[in-house]
Amino acid sequence: MSIEVNGKKVEWVKNETVEKLLKRMKYTFPLVVVKINDKVVPRKDFSYVKIPDKSTVAVIHMISGG
Amino acid sequence: MDKVKYDKIRKKLKDTSIGIAGLGGLGSNAAVSLARAGIGRLVLVDFDKVEEKNLGRQYYFIEHIGRSKVDSLKEIIEKINPQVKLVIHNLKLEKGKMEKPFKDVNVVIEALDNAETKTIFIEEILTKLPKKPIIAASGVAGYGNSDRIKTKRLGNLFMCYDGQAKSSDDDVLMAPRVSIMANWEANLALEIILGEDK
Repeated sequence: MSIEVNGKKVEWVKNETVEKLLKRMKYTFPLVVVKINDKVVPRKDFSYVKIPDKSTVAVIHMISGG
Repeated sequence: MDKVKYDKIRKKLKDTSIGIAGLGGLGSNAAVSLARAGIGRLVLVDFDKVEEKNLGRQYYFIEHIGRSKVDSLKEIIEKINPQVKLVIHNLKLEKGKMEKPFKDVNVVIEALDNAETKTIFIEEILTKLPKKPIIAASGVAGYGNSDRIKTKRLGNLFMCYDGQAKSSDDDVLMAPRVSIMANWEANLALEIILGEDK
């Protein structure tokens, strides 16, 4: 019962949404691209998409500048 | 120089089209590098005009101040490599149809400045053009710390990434680091098109 977030193994929490996982991981940057098992999760879906057990989650912070 | 390898690469690049969203420090420098490398076609998108403060890191000249970035960059690239086919769009990418100018390119380069716009753009390309490789950059601000920059790959998203850099709102933007990131993006584009250089 675990998931992998940015290469780190963390506990899987039942019914946890993307939004809640970001909070738990203390990812404070508001602007991120999130992929679950290589599939992009649109930001508007963060509040209800649940993290499946054993999934691989990638969170990319975007920082201003260009 | 390896003439056989060079000819093969030249032919492949000539048949390649790359789209660049944003022609600031990242986009203008990446475009010039790719034009010099011999990319056949570039799709360039920006809505801004060149300002004096841009000259500290963007590939423009004093004479371009007040003119649109797309026209200025077209003029510059035509002086470097007139063989490149240039498609320019003087427009602001609009949420909901950001992928439009990039439908027929082989690779998309994200070269925008604001973190929120960057994220929205990447998300739109990944969801609406799921087969299209997209290269993005995050963490260009500051100076030094070149070794912190890494390439991160997530499926078709290739990130030129420094997760420890500060936002440009709280830091400085300087030509050397911005140019490294711009050319990192351009170099990644070549690698995607040509395959790994073994």
